[in-house]
Amino acid sequence: MVATLAKRTAFYVLVAAIIVISVFPFYYAILTSFKSGTALFRVDYWPTSLSLANYTGVLSGGSFLRNLGNSLLVAGLVVAASLLLAVTASYALARVSFRGRGLLLLTILAVSMFPHIAVLAGLFELIRWIGIFNTPFALIFSYMIFTLPFTVWVLTTFMRDLPIEIEEAAIVDGARPWVIITRVFMPLMWPALVTTGLLAFIAAWNEFLFALTFTSSDIQRTVPVAIAMLSGGSQFEIPWGSIMAASVIVTVPLVILVLLFQRRIISGLTAGGVKG
Amino acid sequence: MTELSLESASTVPAARGAIGSDLRMQRVRSAWIFLAPTLFMLAVVAGWPLTRTIYFSFTNASLTNLSGAEFVGLKNYLSWVTLKSGRTIFSGLLADPAWWGAVWNTLKFTLISVSVETALGLIVALVLNAQFPGRGLVRAAILIPWAIPTIVSAKMWAWMLNDQFGILNDILLGLGLISQKIAWTASPDTAMIAVLVVDVWKTTPFMALLILAGLQMVPGDIYEAARIDGIHPVRVFWRLTLPLIRPALMVAIIFRMLDSLRIFDLIYVLTPNNAQTRTMSVLARENLFEFDKFAYGAAASTMLFLIIATITVLYMWFGRVNLEGER
Repeated sequence: MVATLAKRTAFYVLVAAIIVISVFPFYYAILTSFKSGTALFRVDYWPTSLSLANYTGVLSGGSFLRNLGNSLLVAGLVVAASLLLAVTASYALARVSFRGRGLLLLTILAVSMFPHIAVLAGLFELIRWIGIFNTPFALIFSYMIFTLPFTVWVLTTFMRDLPIEIEEAAIVDGARPWVIITRVFMPLMWPALVTTGLLAFIAAWNEFLFALTFTSSDIQRTVPVAIAMLSGGSQFEIPWGSIMAASVIVTVPLVILVLLFQRRIISGLTAGGVKG
Repeated sequence: MTELSLESASTVPAARGAIGSDLRMQRVRSAWIFLAPTLFMLAVVAGWPLTRTIYFSFTNASLTNLSGAEFVGLKNYLSWVTLKSGRTIFSGLLADPAWWGAVWNTLKFTLISVSVETALGLIVALVLNAQFPGRGLVRAAILIPWAIPTIVSAKMWAWMLNDQFGILNDILLGLGLISQKIAWTASPDTAMIAVLVVDVWKTTPFMALLILAGLQMVPGDIYEAARIDGIHPVRVFWRLTLPLIRPALMVAIIFRMLDSLRIFDLIYVLTPNNAQTRTMSVLARENLFEFDKFAYGAAASTMLFLIIATITVLYMWFGRVNLEGER
């Protein structure tokens, strides 16, 4: 009896530790973002002040709103483009058997696991040559390297699991592959499209290396680069309050989305194996 | 080994007779048409740039003069001159201590972070696999570190790890674990620890979820049988659970490993200009865009690509990873 009680207690201590460690840094960032002046440099474990100075500072000064807009635009468009391409590609990979299919799938998986630095020099040349350097298009274009293989891969695993009968019936009725995709599969695929789109969106929203390299002016930056570059009057004066406020602003929508779509995200993650 | 056998029941079998064969031909033709835009896009955005990076590594290209690049052979990788005195001076990437330092940092970071994340991920996954009230809460909580952008988590932790005003020093001082405040991210002794802590915090949830997916595929009656036979739970874990989830575990580990080997953003933001944490990606980008040694940076990028490719192939070979197994 005592032994089981001790075990139960130990288990719940472990559970509590997992929750606290997961949530605390975000909680502390929120706490800090509501502090201003000297309160910032006092360590507090509980909320003590509720000053909105950091938020108004971040949102009114500089180009942070513009950066938010850039992030939304880039992530939104890259997800839309990837899904558009991926739907037909994954139909071909999942439902039609042809020579070289296994190799193609392996190649697509390999591209999604690519070290991005290996293409950085070549992409830089290409982006300058096309003339889209320092525009959102540079990012929309380069982000396809990770969103496209990921969406193709996840949608392929999803489509492969759909029963064969629905397709057979359409074939017997003389439906062409294009009609099969748009009329038979699309209505069934909404959940998968939402999950995949959401995961790809998060990955694009969080991307840093390409955003840092392919944009050069403040107003063209996306949020992660903007946060990394937030600086105060001098290099020794880091505006922690503003950084935390900006961090909370970009993270809260993500956390809400993730908590709302929890189950979907977990199933999408395990199918696609992406860190985001 | 990594055979993706998709020739399963999900594809419509070729119908019988001539009509069937026509149908098959038509389906295969459409398949290639459907694939064409994606394949073209991947070739443009991945294949071509990779080829160009490798090409640049054999030239003397500079950031301001990409088009005028001349072929210089292996000079960026290794070259040497023998002086009159008989001394030979080596130069190039392979003779550069900074490069080997970065290789070592990357490997050290990958080895430690992936091991710790696997161990902790297993623990969290086992907890989540148990039935208890509040399980949904734990699952929601561990999704938070995963959802937070890497740059944001780097900044959040930089603030918590701050030497003067950071809460971590405050906690550790309060507990009496340290006697004076530590400059975690700036000090050469602790910079790598700081990076590891943040990475483990951020990516253990991902590991846990992948392992959990594997755990949930283990049929419950196996545990039931082991329990009836009176086998100790620890023994059940090592002899039963672990072998059964091995495929899922191996896939999770390789995904994390590939991610750690290319790490850039966390280190760039958390511990900038620190030789103890400079990884291959950081060094390559510095040379490409900051030091005006574009070709040299391209050589570093190419080497990084080769190293990661080699490690991946070796891992899949020795680990007999079956990518089919994860699904």
